[in-house]
Amino acid sequence: MSDHKFVGHDYATPDLIAKVTGRAKYAEDMRADGMLFCKLLLSPMPHARVRHIDASQALRIPGVHAILTADELPVPPNITPLLRGDRLVGEHGRESTAVTADVGRPELGLTNEPMYEGEPILAVAAVDEVTAANAIERIIVDLEPLPFCVDPLESLRPDGPNARLEGNVNIKERIETLKWTREDWSEVQAGRLPFRDAPDGWAYGDLEAGFRHAAFVLDETLVHQSTSHAPLEPRTSMAYWQNEKVYIHGSTQSIVKIAQSIALFVGVDASQVVYISEYCGGGFGGKNAPGSSTACMAIPALLAKKTGRPVMMRIGLEEEHSIGRARAGLHMRARVGFRKDGRITAMDLFIVQDNGPYDRWGDAASCASTASCCYTPLSMRYRGTVVYTNTPPRASQRAPGGLQSMMMIEPLITRAARELRIDQVDIHKINAPITGTEYGARNAQGNRARLTSAFAKEALDQGASLFGWSDRKTHSGRRRGSKVRGVGVALSSWSAGDIGYDGLVIIRPDGKVYIHQGIGNLGTGSVFDTARIVADVLDTPWETCNVLWGDTRKHLPWSARQGGSRTTHAHSRCNYAAALDLKRKLTEIAAKTLGGTSHDYEVANERVFHKNDRAHYLTFAVAASMAQKFGGEYDGHVLPADIHPVTKESATALAGFGVMGIARDNYGRSGNTQSFVAGFAEVEVDVETGAYEVIDYAAVADVGTVLHPRNLAGQVHGGAVQGIGHVRSQNWAYDQQYGVALAKRFITTKPPTILDVPFAAQMQCGTVDTPDPQTPVGAKGVGESSIGAGAAAVRNALEDALGYGYLRRTPVTLDNILNSLEAGTPVDAGLTTRR
Amino acid sequence: MRGERTFERPISRRAFIQAVIAGGATASATSYVFRGSSTLVGQSATSGRVERLITLQVNGQQRRVDVLPHETLAITLRYRLGLTGTKLGCDRAECGACTVLIAGLPHYSCSILTHSVRSRAIMTIEGLARDQELHPIQRAIVEEQAFQCAFCLPGFVMSAVGYLNTHPSPTRGELAHGISGNLCRCGDYNKILNAMMRGAEHLHNGSI
Repeated sequence: MSDHKFVGHDYATPDLIAKVTGRAKYAEDMRADGMLFCKLLLSPMPHARVRHIDASQALRIPGVHAILTADELPVPPNITPLLRGDRLVGEHGRESTAVTADVGRPELGLTNEPMYEGEPILAVAAVDEVTAANAIERIIVDLEPLPFCVDPLESLRPDGPNARLEGNVNIKERIETLKWTREDWSEVQAGRLPFRDAPDGWAYGDLEAGFRHAAFVLDETLVHQSTSHAPLEPRTSMAYWQNEKVYIHGSTQSIVKIAQSIALFVGVDASQVVYISEYCGGGFGGKNAPGSSTACMAIPALLAKKTGRPVMMRIGLEEEHSIGRARAGLHMRARVGFRKDGRITAMDLFIVQDNGPYDRWGDAASCASTASCCYTPLSMRYRGTVVYTNTPPRASQRAPGGLQSMMMIEPLITRAARELRIDQVDIHKINAPITGTEYGARNAQGNRARLTSAFAKEALDQGASLFGWSDRKTHSGRRRGSKVRGVGVALSSWSAGDIGYDGLVIIRPDGKVYIHQGIGNLGTGSVFDTARIVADVLDTPWETCNVLWGDTRKHLPWSARQGGSRTTHAHSRCNYAAALDLKRKLTEIAAKTLGGTSHDYEVANERVFHKNDRAHYLTFAVAASMAQKFGGEYDGHVLPADIHPVTKESATALAGFGVMGIARDNYGRSGNTQSFVAGFAEVEVDVETGAYEVIDYAAVADVGTVLHPRNLAGQVHGGAVQGIGHVRSQNWAYDQQYGVALAKRFITTKPPTILDVPFAAQMQCGTVDTPDPQTPVGAKGVGESSIGAGAAAVRNALEDALGYGYLRRTPVTLDNILNSLEAGTPVDAGLTTRR
Repeated sequence: MRGERTFERPISRRAFIQAVIAGGATASATSYVFRGSSTLVGQSATSGRVERLITLQVNGQQRRVDVLPHETLAITLRYRLGLTGTKLGCDRAECGACTVLIAGLPHYSCSILTHSVRSRAIMTIEGLARDQELHPIQRAIVEEQAFQCAFCLPGFVMSAVGYLNTHPSPTRGELAHGISGNLCRCGDYNKILNAMMRGAEHLHNGSI
């Protein structure tokens, strides 16, 4: 149980009443007088060049106010520092997951060279959408089709097409052309990826010796699909200008970091951007990327500037499929060697990444490093190729590369367990990391990432007990008519923290505590849960605390991206630091006012007391007034030197409001913070129809100190549900001949419904609840480590039910199961990306 | 049961249509841009169609409103009556975010024409709480910290209220079937069911 009064206890987050009454305002709920609507003209071709646009007829339609083309976009002076900056301040051990430089043409909101079907070419603003739509139908766009490719393997084929004019692969941040040999291609035709040289890679240990000493070796080629993030709220935005400032209502995961990058795409100084997103209808990584999250918001902003009117850009589900983001699909050949006791002696991964047309995403590299972290092979080699395709742009999606890693490698591990007659839980435990384990590639200094804490084995043990594993595994293969049961276990991990951000907390003369948070409110609750530590440090009722979020006018401090499972760790740290600073200032103010030294005073219940005489006190309200009188550091007129310029600007605006607690997180950390989730699933497959049901799922998370049990369970189970969606039904389909998307809607690339996941009984969630020793509150993030556990536990359970070796790609569809069972061999679409 | 692997589907059909169609073409935006797009927000002034003044019964009030013949109830609620609690997720009856009650039964308001529901009682999420007191389902959600981003919440709540109107004592499994026409992309189904079951209990115990 928690030692804290607030941290570790359930409570209702302060946004819930607005949410349940329908008063919570999302981007499309915003209105402004004289608001125009805009519609996008999307490319009908997967790759083309705009030769000419004739909008003369459209502009004559009454009610049409303006057209915006790519030529009118301010070209950001250099996007690279923005992207790089995001990476440099991010999780160093996870650099590979962040966007890196794009030497080719970057993604802006509109383009004259669309690189996927659905990429916006121009936008029209009109009095209403019907008028804007009529205008778009009268615009004549002369397009010159260019070569295209929607399948990464096709692009690597000898004489295969390139998705970009500059080439087809990203090699060390340059776009180049790479084709495989005919011998390589004959491997593909035989259903295997070739083991050959690749642009990216790393290795450690003696791989050959590892395989020599293996008692059992698996060599498999597996395919993981690309999937849209598909948040329920599409990325609608609305913008208007007032007094030289642009006001933008958007739907993004973060606030402060997003606001910084909007300015680049709108072509104004950051001080001219007011960004508001109090509620975000889901992101999952797709509303964080500079490309889509900020570049597309430039469209209504620039149209608003051009027309002098507010402009709403409503995005529908199919437009979201295009301009939203997606997880990069991976093809992997994995050779894994196991000792008799199940220990992995060698792992050799060769991965091809379907990168979409822009940027360079780190899924393939993360796939390898996550496998290294979760299974700690004694020797390992990773070779990766990032291939451009003319499909919607990718971005980090909940454990980018991590989910793919678990989904593809877990079945091999459990298959080995069966072959070697080892319990599935035991084979995970013997390979699991512990605190201090090193994993992944060596950096330039020759060091590998070291875990600040890992209680994966404890999570597996607790999970086995919670799920009743010893009894459940007797269900394996049990028949009931045409139905057969299967059980599965999986361990997953993901980065779970970040350091170095700023906390900003003020007690105003109304006696209330104001906690300023620059992270977003996308539903995880961390924007509130990480504020609870302030109430604990001040030993003061939560009801006196107000969280300020979601609007840059609220003077927000420099904050982490709401991604990479950073915020629970990063902001419990900096809010703790700011709360301690506030506490020190309160005791000093009491000493100055009431006599004695600051050490004579303590803080509790909205008061600063004399330790020996509790009748001797200042209320928070009086202390705030005294801070205003004393000035200096007490009310924020003198600020710490090490805070970020963004925090400094906010704090300067707030100087004089009351007692200010302000501090940078300087706690430091030696190593990388990762959280772990052990997932357990039982499925029932009907071998006559191929239909299957996920009967039960339970998970135990190693996330350090638990901040909010209910929200934690929401993340653990919510991640599992999204993982189950990847196993069951989410998939893209492309017309290979024309390169156009066929599955753009929920009905065609279906997210899991309530009936696709265990529903008849509650899903269980446990926690190891052992603090991470390298962070003051002890909390680690969880959002992303949860997804792979759910996906892979269910996938393993399916293989357990069917017998191993039938399934080598996801999603696992009914026809896939049925055809394979009937044929007695895997029947699927070979290695092609799109069925 | 393990099968020998054979892959008898050589990838041989790559004739590079890409090159074939690279001869140049002029494409007008007509017909593909709006092929599958959303319902459009329109006004009569420019869209050439006639609005008609009708009376709707929304949340217990008579609301006089000008409505286009093709206008969906979701658009009327959101853009004419200011009731933005009803959300548009897919705009084509796939997600349920726009669910409202019509004569007590849940309907996807994105797929109902407004003029077809004249004289029928419409209830949206805004009409559920009475005199500042939350409906038992709403209260249960707060108690269970259910939903995450909550964009699907209004639709889910209206579905649950409608279902519980006709099935007051469901099992957890029955309730899941009853609200299975709504999608939650955050995947918070476990907590949603916890909350809805608790809400059903509150209703049973006669709160409100």
